[in-house]
Amino acid sequence: MYKLLQIELYKIFRRPRTYISFLAITALVGVIQLGLVKNGDDYVNFVMGNVMQSFSFDGKLLNGYLVCYILLQLLLVHVPLLIALVAADMISGEANMGTLRLMLTKPISRTQFLLAKFTASAIYTFMLLVWIAFLALFVSMFLFGVDDMVIQKTNYLVQLPVGDVFWRYVGAFGFALLSMLSVAALGFFLSNFAENSIGPIVATMSVIIFFTILSTMSIPLFQKIQPFLFTTYMVNWKEFFDPKVNADNAVIIGSLQHPDRIIQSALILIFHIVGFVGATMVLFKKKDILS
Amino acid sequence: MKRLLITAVAFVSIQFSAFSQDMTALVNKVKAKLDQVNDYVAEGSMKTDVAFIKAPVGRVKVYFKKPNHFKLKRDGGISILPKGGVTVNMSTLVAGNDFVALSSGDAVINGIKAKVVKLIPTTDNSDVVLSTLYIDETNLLILKAATTTKENGSFEIEMSYGKFISYSLPDKVIFSFNTKDYKMPKGVALEFEDEEKLTDAEKIKRKKGRVQINYSNYTINKGLDDNVFK
Repeated sequence: MYKLLQIELYKIFRRPRTYISFLAITALVGVIQLGLVKNGDDYVNFVMGNVMQSFSFDGKLLNGYLVCYILLQLLLVHVPLLIALVAADMISGEANMGTLRLMLTKPISRTQFLLAKFTASAIYTFMLLVWIAFLALFVSMFLFGVDDMVIQKTNYLVQLPVGDVFWRYVGAFGFALLSMLSVAALGFFLSNFAENSIGPIVATMSVIIFFTILSTMSIPLFQKIQPFLFTTYMVNWKEFFDPKVNADNAVIIGSLQHPDRIIQSALILIFHIVGFVGATMVLFKKKDILS
Repeated sequence: MKRLLITAVAFVSIQFSAFSQDMTALVNKVKAKLDQVNDYVAEGSMKTDVAFIKAPVGRVKVYFKKPNHFKLKRDGGISILPKGGVTVNMSTLVAGNDFVALSSGDAVINGIKAKVVKLIPTTDNSDVVLSTLYIDETNLLILKAATTTKENGSFEIEMSYGKFISYSLPDKVIFSFNTKDYKMPKGVALEFEDEEKLTDAEKIKRKKGRVQINYSNYTINKGLDDNVFK
């Protein structure tokens, strides 16, 4: 199994396509950071304009923690598309090259074969997120420094003390990993149905875009189906940045306003990952690989 | 009859003027007590209680230097303060002699009998339109001040005194103010979950805010560099 995993990882990282994601992330993060270095204060004044009419802020509002939050808001909607590039190619890519039959002539079970493939795409997803964390969090901390994190929610403004932020990012990235793995699992599942890579990649992207639009639109008809779309739960990493307050309306350090939402969303995403991978295994066992 | 009316009006005017002078004298006494302090650095904790702001309790340092330099700094971190008001302190309220002080009766603040004095600025360039001071006549302390400004709305400051009562420096200051409604466009917040519906009581609560500062220590008259206020 370990050998199989090594082979799969070798195949993933030998392909130039794999590095498109890393390059795209680097370019995107770099451009946004450059923009914020040059005109960050204008951006903050624009976004906080409503509150700044009544309140004055003393301190470094535009700091590494806030920049990372801005980046994650923008990136985590689009990263699934980059993950689809690899995950949706895992089985269909082999079929396309005609190596699927050859691979399965080896003394390994189809389950082992699939598990190695999915684990490899999970490792790729993990590495992509680590890269995002490095660029968006650590490079931003280096470029912009750190201070309290002040973020705006739809109905209120949150100030998190500087010492109470880092663990929240660890949690948020952990949650983001589950979100991205559910995308990888979907791509992996769709990969089972095609003989070439383009179809499952485009199909995965389409499903993600379609579901994300349905998840984000506040139209009563869509709101009824939103609980059944896994994309609805993918944005709940933001719950890590919503602390609880005490009776005096002061933030309780180290607290979460809705830990139940995080747990529920994480369980739903895990359910989807297991469901997609399980379904892939069931279908792949019956798959005709001789054609 | 006409003569009687003129005499009555003159009498009332003289009485009113005398009464007004009495309050000016009281305010001047309060001011003289406040004038003992040339500068101070105070340490304490600050709590911002605004319905739509979730903020932690933070350590703050407050710097004051005569005549009206005032600076509040959070000890590490970002301070969120209502515009204008918190930087108003008792010394700045009664600074100068460009005001008319009128009596407005008596009141009880936190169990202490207080004289209610209306301060009306006599200069046009003052941002303050009207201040109502609740003065403890015995200890010459301002217990509460309600101020209406041209630019920064209305606010109230309530003070409790303790260790530094001899300098008229409070241990606790509660600053109350009105807030504008807060609403963030979903597109800007990039949040798409359903909004929590607010009740009428919550909507009213969202229009009021408080900042409470509890001072733990003052360093008084040790000299302070002007650069601190830049």
